[in-house]
Amino acid sequence: MSEIDEGLRAELQRQGVWVTSMQELYNWGRKNSIWPLQFGLACCAIEMIATAASRYDIARFGGEVFRPSPRQADLMIVAGTVTKKMAPQIVRLYNQMPDPKYVISMGACAISGGPFKQGYNVLKGIDRYIPVDVYIPGCPPRPEALLHAFMELQRKIDSQKLTGATKAEHLNSAQPSEFPVPAFGEHDLEPPANPDVFQPPKIERRR
Amino acid sequence: MTPDPYIFIIIFIGVALAFPLIPLALAWLWRRVFQPPKPGAGKNATYECGVESIGEAQIQFRSQYYLYAIIFLIFDVEAIFLVPFAVAFTGLPVGAFIAILVFLLHLIEGLVWAWGKGCLSWAAH
Repeated sequence: MSEIDEGLRAELQRQGVWVTSMQELYNWGRKNSIWPLQFGLACCAIEMIATAASRYDIARFGGEVFRPSPRQADLMIVAGTVTKKMAPQIVRLYNQMPDPKYVISMGACAISGGPFKQGYNVLKGIDRYIPVDVYIPGCPPRPEALLHAFMELQRKIDSQKLTGATKAEHLNSAQPSEFPVPAFGEHDLEPPANPDVFQPPKIERRR
Repeated sequence: MTPDPYIFIIIFIGVALAFPLIPLALAWLWRRVFQPPKPGAGKNATYECGVESIGEAQIQFRSQYYLYAIIFLIFDVEAIFLVPFAVAFTGLPVGAFIAILVFLLHLIEGLVWAWGKGCLSWAAH
C-alpha cells in the first residue's frame, strides 16, 4: 500500500507499464460509480432531476444510477428544505445506507434552514444530525453546482486512505455508521442536535 | 490424439464454480482485512423506506374486498362492451339492441342481488 514514486511511475508508463496500488484501484472504482439515493425534498430536487437528465447528464461522472432503496445507495443528496417532521426519516434513511456513504447538503435550506431559518418547523441544517461531506450554497443551486459538488466528492473519495492512522472513516471500526434518530418532543426535536456530529460555531462578540 | 469429450464438461464446471466463488472469496477477504462490518438497528431493519413499521406484517384482509372486486369486475367488463355499442348505436339492428339490453339487465340484476344481500354496506358484516 506504499505510495509509488511519481517519477518511477511516469517512466514505467512511458514504457507501456501501468502501475497502480490497491488503494488507488479501490478509490478509482468507488469514485466513478457513486449511486445516489433517489430522494428529493423540495425545489432543489428539481435541479437534481435536471442534473440527472440529458442536458447536464450526471452519467458522465458515473452517478446516474439513482436508487430507490437506501440499501443500494452510496450518496445521499439532501435536496431541499428539511422540515422537522422529515428530519427523523432522513436520519433513518442515512442509517440504512451501507458503508461507505456520503452526504451532499444541497441548497441553503439543507445547509442552514435557508429563508425558513427563523421559522418554527424547519430544521436549521441537516448537519445537526448526520455528517455532511459537501455543502452547495444556492437557492436552488444550478445543476452545474451539483456537478461541481459531485466532482468535489470524487476528489474526496480519491484522497481517502485505505490503511494507517488517517484511513477513511468507514474503514475505522471505532467510527459509528449509524446516528441517533431524533424524536418529536413537546416543542422541538429531541435532541435539537447531535453533539457528536454538530458543533455550533463559537460567536465572539466585541465588547 | 483427441481429448476425452467429457474433459470439456469438467473444465466448464470448474469455470462455472470459480466464476461466482472467487468474487465472494475476495469480498470476504476484503471484509476481514480492510472493512469492519458495522451492523445496526437501522441497517438490519426489514423495512427500508425511512419510516418505522407499525404492527405486524401478517394481518388478515376482510373477505369483503373480494365481493367488491367481483362487482367491480362486472362493470369493468360492461364498460368494454358498452363503448363499441355506443359507437355503432345508430347502425345496429333491433336484435343486437335487444341483446345488449338483456346483457345490461343481467348485470343490473346481479347488482340488485348484491345490494339485497347487503354486500354494498361495509359495516353490516
